Amino acid sequence: MSEDLRSVVAAGVLGAEQHYRELLQSIVEVARAIFKAKASSIFLLDEAADELVFEAVAGEGSESLIGRRFPSSTGIAGFVLVSRQPLVIEDVVADPRFSRETAESTGFVPKGLMAVPLLHEERTLGVLEVLDRPSDARFTLAEMELLGLFANQAAIALDLLQRARRAQSALAGEGDIAVLARLAAALEAREDQDDGSKEAALRLLEALEQVL
Amino acid sequence: MTEEPLPAWSLPTDAVERIALPEAWPGRVTREWAWEGATGAGVRVCVLDSGIERGHPLVGEVQQSVAISIEGDEVIVDDDDKAGDLCGHGTACAGVIRSLAPESELVSVRVLGAGFTGSGAVLLEGLRWAIEQGYDVINMSLSTTKQKFANLLHELADTAYFRRTMLIASAHNMPVESYPWRFSSVISVGSHEQADPFAYYYNPTPPVEFFARGVDVEVAWLGGGRLVCTGNSFATPHIAGIAALTLSKHPELTPFQLKSLLYLTASNVGDGT
Repeated sequence: MSEDLRSVVAAGVLGAEQHYRELLQSIVEVARAIFKAKASSIFLLDEAADELVFEAVAGEGSESLIGRRFPSSTGIAGFVLVSRQPLVIEDVVADPRFSRETAESTGFVPKGLMAVPLLHEERTLGVLEVLDRPSDARFTLAEMELLGLFANQAAIALDLLQRARRAQSALAGEGDIAVLARLAAALEAREDQDDGSKEAALRLLEALEQVL
Repeated sequence: MTEEPLPAWSLPTDAVERIALPEAWPGRVTREWAWEGATGAGVRVCVLDSGIERGHPLVGEVQQSVAISIEGDEVIVDDDDKAGDLCGHGTACAGVIRSLAPESELVSVRVLGAGFTGSGAVLLEGLRWAIEQGYDVINMSLSTTKQKFANLLHELADTAYFRRTMLIASAHNMPVESYPWRFSSVISVGSHEQADPFAYYYNPTPPVEFFARGVDVEVAWLGGGRLVCTGNSFATPHIAGIAALTLSKHPELTPFQLKSLLYLTASNVGDGT
């Protein structure tokens, strides 16, 4: 079974996107709490549009930013995306890579930040940022390591989210195999009914499988 | 790339004298013997990166600036690149090397564009070109995660090793596979948190072999400026600078000997002197 086909069938049964969004949200909230930071966000790279999209935000700014987009080459997040390396900056204003304009448009300009790429296999899926740790806490390499662990978790969640979205668009009727996803969802919906319709449908499908 | 003549694969008794080493090492190797008092004079260090800004006060003179690009199937080498540094990263590395080895020759081979953009193919061709020039040290504060380049980079790293070019490469800052720092023919560098530019540690649990200063390092940046940066990118030129000092005092060293000497003089080996 192709990767997409698996996803399509799975999505029909699970309706997964919401769960993965909750997982991303939980990751930024835990990251913010552990680093005692003012805010933390996850950006997803939309490759087709070449834009970074706010997928999860904890702390300053939060909800209103979800879905907000900006060009993928912008600012610190853009640099981290391209270099595929984490970046720690104690004084963003002094850093020429920082885009004040983009930060101001979010309503929160941080003093310092840590940003880490979300790497999955050979792809860069997005960026995780932690903004304004306590100003008296000197950055340590142990924090970089911890940030890397969060990044790994966030990358897995982003990958799942993207799979779920591809599956959703197949479910919405896009692509050749959309019918399979609709079938899987319809079968799932009949799970609680005792009228034998699910068994009948399954027998029909088995017959179809033999024909194919 | 032209190969050097193959060495003999065996050692007849009457040939032992012919492989006598040009210099006897003391029974106890110290930093004083290895590199203290050296300036880097006579050592050619290549910074394979985003370019080096000309006239930066922390860098000084750059002896040559080269840019590598690929158009179609053709590799283009501009050996008089006037673009300087498009990103800041290469200038930062060059400044660290110069701060440790002030009289070393610096050559910039630009394989990255603005905002750190670049392709694995250009990186590979830049490295190939740099090895052909026979530089003593190549500082590579970058890596690629693309598996398809791994074998070619491995071959290049070994070629450099046998041609007496010491490739000094940054480990990735996250626990991911990337190249060429993973190869044993290079010196791979990670960061420690101390402020001493001459503190370096041997890591008995590789793949990262050495740790050097890489946290809150004040480096040269674009426009003659400075920036406080953290990362293995900035630890690597510390080792490159110390390697340049060592080679200026002991120019006959092979990469194997240079690596051994760095081990023997590491802060956590012997009494750290």
